Amino acid sequence: MISFERRMDSVEFRIHSEAHIVVDDTICRDCSVRGCITACPADLFVPTSDGGILFNYEQCFECGTCYLVCNEEGAISWNYPEGGHGVVFHSS
Amino acid sequence: MTEHTAERPSSDNDDFDAIVVGAGPAGSAAALELARAGRSVLLIERGPFPGSKNMYGGVIYGRILDTLVPQWWTEAPIQRWVTRRQTMMMTGEQALTVDYRTEAWGRPPYNGATAYRPDFDSWLADKAVEEGATLVCSTTVTGLLTDSGRVVGVSTDRPDGDVRARVVIAADGVNSFLAKEAGLYGEVDPANYTVGVKETIALPRSVIDERFAVRGDHGVDIEIIGCTGDVPGGGFLYTNSDTIAVGLVLSLPALAAGGRRPEELLAELKLHPAIAPLVEGGEVKEYSAHVIPEAGYDMMPELVGDGIVVAGDAAAMCLAAGLWLEGVNFAIGSGAAAGRACHGALRKGDTSAVGLGDYRRRLESSFVLKDHRKLREAPHLVMGELAQQKLPAMACGVAEDMFTVTNPEPKAGLMRIVRRQMRTNGVKLRSVVGDTWRALRAFG
Repeated sequence: MISFERRMDSVEFRIHSEAHIVVDDTICRDCSVRGCITACPADLFVPTSDGGILFNYEQCFECGTCYLVCNEEGAISWNYPEGGHGVVFHSS
Repeated sequence: MTEHTAERPSSDNDDFDAIVVGAGPAGSAAALELARAGRSVLLIERGPFPGSKNMYGGVIYGRILDTLVPQWWTEAPIQRWVTRRQTMMMTGEQALTVDYRTEAWGRPPYNGATAYRPDFDSWLADKAVEEGATLVCSTTVTGLLTDSGRVVGVSTDRPDGDVRARVVIAADGVNSFLAKEAGLYGEVDPANYTVGVKETIALPRSVIDERFAVRGDHGVDIEIIGCTGDVPGGGFLYTNSDTIAVGLVLSLPALAAGGRRPEELLAELKLHPAIAPLVEGGEVKEYSAHVIPEAGYDMMPELVGDGIVVAGDAAAMCLAAGLWLEGVNFAIGSGAAAGRACHGALRKGDTSAVGLGDYRRRLESSFVLKDHRKLREAPHLVMGELAQQKLPAMACGVAEDMFTVTNPEPKAGLMRIVRRQMRTNGVKLRSVVGDTWRALRAFG
């Protein structure tokens, strides 16, 4: 199995300086489900040792999985990146 | 949704007759039809080029293109023509495959084709541009402009980015924030969605030809069930010219609850003895992921509002019916119908929900809603325990018992084998009759 890093290196991301998705992890602290951690195909949701969630928008597929599985109102503010930015597929 | 038929007082403020949001197959088909009818159309794409945000499970069925782009197969950027279609049922170390091949699908007018979506979607968008549509890429639509409840345009992330038109076609993909903003979706249930993950793997053309026993521009599409562990879903593997693509489609709630990550499940599929020799030695060229509207007819939004229609994945037009897994053709079919219906509504000067109602009627009389309605039970059946777990185990078990020669023991006979496998897999005769009946009905 190829490493996750190597897997994500195969994808082009035109990263915008501003995050298009914002996670309010004060809400995540009370979440017992945390489906985003296993479901996000880019593995962008990482649990921290103090019970929070670390989120990085940079390698996002913009698929929508995280907000669809999130059952905590207001935890994920989800938008598309600014035009021309974000994931760019070439052979998919 | 308000129902008033009054024509908008003036169209002096309109920049275009129609705005199409999303230059995927639905949006480009809509823009193509509108432009061809002489309408001014703005086609807005948030990616740097059409298709740059899109991926899929591999096959474009081209019949719907025949009327839009005659002889499309002479110019469309196709990777391979699917002449070999397999349905594979697997367990941990078994696989039973139905393998159909025909040369007929390898010559005009063809049946299914594999293609890279960035290539294909860009090609179709160019067709709309050739007809006179204005394509603007790298522009994200941020919301709807409304005037007393009716849609009159869109706002974008460009400076002074508001654009007005008499009708907006939301072809903005599975998440369709525009259809949601217009109030056309009810509550969104994650159980209606799956996520698809895919690896495009580079292999020399000659190796692909040899491994998949095809020649020239002929290719293979394999659909797989029983390969996703406890997560309801399915797998696929298909050939491009000098890459292959292998992927999984996974139920969102089960994935979120199950603790298994998508790429782990995909790695397991690639290690399966029936798959490993096919993917061996290849380099991952691109990994991709996308959400799929899985539940078909039962999850569709209202298709029409005042000044707005919804097409393609934005309207959940993707058909995930197990035996049939189609999406691009439904997107094109719905987009083209949206384009024609909007043209008619513009001609009558009524782009209210009533005036745009012809869109739904067009879909109802075409394969788009006929197939979806006929197969409305199929997605639920395919994602159920019977199809996911018991059917692959039973089918493989019966095949193994049937073809295992037990000398000096005499043959058990087919009936005994089936009964034994039913017992082993906890399948009751009563439920077999009921489930078979249900399946026959679900598949029309």
